[in-house]
Amino acid sequence: MFGDKIFKYTTAFFAFFIVISFLMLIYELYKGSYLAISKFGLSFIKNTVWDPVNGVFGALPLIIGTIVVSLLSLLFSLPISIGVALVLVLYLPRKISRGLAVLIETMAGVPSVIYGLWGLYVLAPFLRENVYSVLQSMFGFIPLFSGPNYGIGFLTGSMVLALMITPIITAVTKDLLLAVPTSIKEAAVSLGPKKKELALIMIKYIKPGLFAASLLGLGRAIGETMAISMVIGNKFKLFPSSLFDTWYTLSAIIANEFLEATYDLYISSLVYIGLLLLAVTLAVIIIARIIIWRFSKVRGEI
Amino acid sequence: MQLNKVLKKKILIDKAFTIILICAMIIYLVPIISIIYETVSRGLPALNLDFFTKPIPTAGEEGGGIANAIQGTVISIALASLIGIPVGILSGIFLSEYRELKITSFIRFINEVFHGIPSIIIGLFSFVLISKRIGFSVLAASFSLALIMIPIVTIVTQESLKMVPATIREAAFSLGIPKWKTTIFIVLRGAWQGIVTGILLSIGRIIGESAPILVTMGFYRWWFSGLDRPVSNMALNIFIFAMSPFQNWVRLAWGTALVLLVLVLLLNIIPRLMMLRREVRYE
Repeated sequence: MFGDKIFKYTTAFFAFFIVISFLMLIYELYKGSYLAISKFGLSFIKNTVWDPVNGVFGALPLIIGTIVVSLLSLLFSLPISIGVALVLVLYLPRKISRGLAVLIETMAGVPSVIYGLWGLYVLAPFLRENVYSVLQSMFGFIPLFSGPNYGIGFLTGSMVLALMITPIITAVTKDLLLAVPTSIKEAAVSLGPKKKELALIMIKYIKPGLFAASLLGLGRAIGETMAISMVIGNKFKLFPSSLFDTWYTLSAIIANEFLEATYDLYISSLVYIGLLLLAVTLAVIIIARIIIWRFSKVRGEI
Repeated sequence: MQLNKVLKKKILIDKAFTIILICAMIIYLVPIISIIYETVSRGLPALNLDFFTKPIPTAGEEGGGIANAIQGTVISIALASLIGIPVGILSGIFLSEYRELKITSFIRFINEVFHGIPSIIIGLFSFVLISKRIGFSVLAASFSLALIMIPIVTIVTQESLKMVPATIREAAFSLGIPKWKTTIFIVLRGAWQGIVTGILLSIGRIIGESAPILVTMGFYRWWFSGLDRPVSNMALNIFIFAMSPFQNWVRLAWGTALVLLVLVLLLNIIPRLMMLRREVRYE
């Protein structure tokens, strides 16, 4: 029928809109960073100088900063997320667990500037006065713990990021736990009456899914911009001098310097950084998605 | 005797395990409660009539409000919805109603990947595509917000259409109603609650977005003056105000944060309540 054909192609057109946008996004970012790419080429990735005054740009310190900060935040977040998901699924009565789950999922929707604002004005002063200063007085002779203590820095930034990705990892872990087949759970219970055994066996069962959940969290942490820019201190350096030192990430430099970028090469270099960020996050997300799809397929067959 | 000891040890380990898990819960809940508490207690004193009716003060000036940021945010979201909602719903219809086509699983995959792209990158895309041509503008900002909305609306539309029982479609076909009429007047009707949920969630997401706003229209603190000009934005203002040394701006940042927090909580909880009601109805 004619009407049906029109309907099909109209909806198909809009469905392709996102595919076309995706391709255009890659092309436009390339176009936007062309000036920087033609000037610095791939050595942009391994250069360690960021000098807007003389028009020299390199991203290595930012790449290291991004990797360290996002991995640290995953390290903080993963055990907590697994713990929270286990408590929600195994330990709490259904009603309380449901309410808490809604609260946690809602926290995933809280704007990142609010996390940043809290990190900057509440968490950073608290850590500076009560945690970092104590650590310094105890372990100050170790270089890792010496140096200026501003409260803000890459460690604080990782903590704020961890808070932001915990709801995401928790939600996925919770769903995975709930999807563990009854046969597995019964087998676990038969081995010992304790919840610990049950919990550990369930965790073992969902391992591949857990890996994918971590990757999703990691992808989010890598791309997170405003909160990290507010608490990391925004200082360009290859390595921080101590745990409490300031640093920079790929996304933070875009947020912090974009409005100050006064000439084309500067802007182009920032877009180039966006292109690098896109490459990294795409790799992480696509691997995570493929694992999740495979896992759900395998589970579907059982 | 021996068995008893082993058992006791097991019970002890189990208890320790439980305590560790509860600690994990507490470690997460304390900061979360602190975020909500501090935002409310620091934001509340900033809220008064001036806050909602006066424009943004210049740096260092006392008083003032965020009226033009409210206007600007509403305009940006309205424009983004104008593109994002129809595109999202129509592509969701295609992905659900023509799921037998091979191409749909590819589009679904791209859609999910697109959903995961950091918003700062979508902002940069819109910057190169639009802002570089016509300057920092609300048009460029709304386009980036629309691109953030579309995957969410698409996924939710697709899922809620799938939940409409096949028997309803079959009944309509048996009456000789064409597919497009069935989809629009019958299937879509059965799924509207889910779709509204998706729209609310996506608005909740873009209302707090500041990274794409920053790179597409920058910080602006005046009233709307045309689509090719910037507008003020609440979420971005929090960033700019918080990073400034001016007490009054920091005060406004907390006030704005409280307003956004309340809006985001409402936009997240209302859809959930709606879904809960629907679940009850189907049970």
